[in-house]
Amino acid sequence: MDPSRKRKLRLVALLGVVVVLGAALVYTSFSASTEASSPSQVKPGRSYELTGKVVPGSIDKSGDELRFRIRDRDGSASVPVAYRGVVPDPFRDGREVIVSGELKGGTFVAERDSLVTKCPSKFTKKS
Amino acid sequence: MAGVGSACLLVALIAALYAAGASVYAARSGRRQFALSGRRAIYCMAGLLALAMGILEAAFLGDDFSFALVAQGSSSDTPTFYKVTAMWATQSGSLLLWAFLLSVYASLVLFLTRRSLREIAPWATAVLGLIGAFFLLLMVGWENPFDTLQRAPADGAGLNPLLRHPAMMIHPPMLYSGYVGFSIPFAFAVGALITRRTGADWIRSTRRFALVAWTFLGTGIMLGALWSYTELGWGGYWAWDPVENASLMPWLVGTAFLHSVMVQEKRGMLKVWNASLIVATFVLALLGTFLVRSGILDSIHAFGASTIGVQFLIFIALVAVASTALVVSRLPHLRSEARLDSLLSREAFFLLNNLVLVGLCLVIFWGTFFPLISEAFTGEKASLGPPWFDGYTTPLALVLVLLAGVGPVLAWRRVTWAGIRRALRIPVAASAGALVLLLLLTDAGDSAPSLVMFCLAAFVLAVVGQEFWRGAAARRVMTGDPWPRALTTLVGRNRRRYGGYIVHAGIAVLFLGVAASSAFLTQRDVRLSPGQSTKVGDYTVTYVRPTARLGGDRAGTGAPISFGAVLELRKGGHRELLRPSRNFYPTQDASKGAIGRFFEGEATSEVDLRWGARQDFWAAVRPDISELDGPIREANARFGDSNPNVQGFVIAAITDRYRRNPPPAAFRFIVSPLVAWIWIGGGIALLGALVAAWPSPEARLRRVRALQAARVGRELSRA
Repeated sequence: MDPSRKRKLRLVALLGVVVVLGAALVYTSFSASTEASSPSQVKPGRSYELTGKVVPGSIDKSGDELRFRIRDRDGSASVPVAYRGVVPDPFRDGREVIVSGELKGGTFVAERDSLVTKCPSKFTKKS
Repeated sequence: MAGVGSACLLVALIAALYAAGASVYAARSGRRQFALSGRRAIYCMAGLLALAMGILEAAFLGDDFSFALVAQGSSSDTPTFYKVTAMWATQSGSLLLWAFLLSVYASLVLFLTRRSLREIAPWATAVLGLIGAFFLLLMVGWENPFDTLQRAPADGAGLNPLLRHPAMMIHPPMLYSGYVGFSIPFAFAVGALITRRTGADWIRSTRRFALVAWTFLGTGIMLGALWSYTELGWGGYWAWDPVENASLMPWLVGTAFLHSVMVQEKRGMLKVWNASLIVATFVLALLGTFLVRSGILDSIHAFGASTIGVQFLIFIALVAVASTALVVSRLPHLRSEARLDSLLSREAFFLLNNLVLVGLCLVIFWGTFFPLISEAFTGEKASLGPPWFDGYTTPLALVLVLLAGVGPVLAWRRVTWAGIRRALRIPVAASAGALVLLLLLTDAGDSAPSLVMFCLAAFVLAVVGQEFWRGAAARRVMTGDPWPRALTTLVGRNRRRYGGYIVHAGIAVLFLGVAASSAFLTQRDVRLSPGQSTKVGDYTVTYVRPTARLGGDRAGTGAPISFGAVLELRKGGHRELLRPSRNFYPTQDASKGAIGRFFEGEATSEVDLRWGARQDFWAAVRPDISELDGPIREANARFGDSNPNVQGFVIAAITDRYRRNPPPAAFRFIVSPLVAWIWIGGGIALLGALVAAWPSPEARLRRVRALQAARVGRELSRA
């Protein structure tokens, strides 16, 4: 094979690999992603990644289980959450949290150890 | 003093703009004195910013709460170490640090190149001046670190307790040194493109800066991981969080750059690729700085919404568009001087390693920005978790480690099969031996990716060992030196090459730790009452007794209250005591009551762990203080207005109550095999990078000789 054809062939092969991998990336990311929803959006029957703020005064620890309510950022709707597992350090009243799980009988039953609390911010906004 | 600080920033901004203007004028008109003047303006900027840093540090150390920044990020009871470092835990303070580091790097590189690169250097000065001007403009216009408060509060809010960790305080300057350092090769690349001097000169002059930046960035990332492991109370070191990814992306592309520039130096190839890589690295570094501040991506870090997001985006877009346009317009000048001779050559493997590194970066980029991509296409914000990232990065990391082993033994241009056989015989045998031993003696076979990684790591280590051995043996034949001497002169004479090999060995060790600790980790979350025991791996842990301390927590972070546990760790006949605890920091929230505010504020885990070459034992405790709620409420009502001494006494009584009637506490125990090798590997890589970056006396001598030869040549041609 003459060198220029060989080079062209290599280029086409490389581009082919890139396209295939790129397509795989796009495909898997759309199917593997979990949706982040606020309490007003969750419906029973599928799993969500719930984000919102912890309603002040709603935290209740009984034995292994942690119960609290999450509300929308603008405060319109809220949903009770039942959670087991490790509670991150900055978990507090009013904090933004993310938790994965499913809505069952009006309560959001969270997966074990899925609770993530956002840091109270390293760079706080000037008041 | 705040006025002086603000003035420093304003004058520095003017100096930066002047440096840019004068240098461009010098480059276009050929008037050298303006280039000199532009360079001096950069030195001036560095001096002014050093003064500004000094003023701000003095304010932090002197508890001057009339500075808004000091009132926000420090307090009189913050330990001194954290007062010094609290500056870069704030938005505007960290911008000042960025600009300061930039001016120092720029001054250094411009000083070092003052007699060379006459055409390129003025343009590089202009680019560096403009970058500096942007950061100064942000501070002067929107985020002034010298803002003052009308009425100085009696005390500041204090540094965020989570950041009170030595690694976390050194991490930002390291990371920024890395980000900023990449602006130097970027600036010189732009200069080279503008002047169409696209040879390897700009690479030779700034290579060391790229290497130093890479080292700093890598160290910063490692420190961040260490902080996560020892401070965050969840026991992991990497979570594919957007902010982590933001720092990893420029590092990956920077790694690719460091490899591919060698091809340009040796063979005059890959010029477009190198220019694009350094542009990408710098843009990603800016993006990293921006992501931390913007809050556009949900992250555990989720830094507060910022006032400067739009300005940052505009700047990044400008840099990206302008440099891409520049590269495209110079394409005719970026032709390769040689062609790839064979796919089995060192340059081909460099190219392959580059593709893998850039591929890794693209995967991480896609995953990091997926919430935005998904929102744009489907209208719903969706995110990708660690399993998705692992699925792509694991195979790519395996290929990368394989290449780190094969690359060094291949010759430039073309290799012979006999050569490959000779070079790879021992390493392949080593990794086959490792495979057999692992399968026979351990349960490493349970995780295929980890098993492959172990064998590849053995392969890389064998390659590196063999290279050192062969080099030193050859020296011994030549000079008759004893082994140690032969080794040191070998490394000393080829610092870049052997430093690079050490880095490869370090990375192999690091991945060994990652593979073992991610696949063979044992984690248990349990609730224990004092006296109860549990088994974790081959350890038995007993909750001996609770602890409650007032003042003087063990890590010295200035926490007034700390609840914890004394654990007894037994393995075989070996016994040890562990003391994990949880620090409580008072909140300023008055609604919690005068006593309650000490218990209801931030709390952070103080992990206790036993490092080990074979495995780490990691323990964190979450004491249940809900039974103190009653007494706290009562104390709030009865002692809310008492004098501080009485309140202190009451707090002491309440904390003591926890010690006397301890409820069950929640524990997390982790047995993580070989995890210490991640940090050891990182340390080896750091050492290798230092070896490679250290200026060697001989290289300097060679440079002087080359200059001399050039001068003689010029004079001869004139004669």
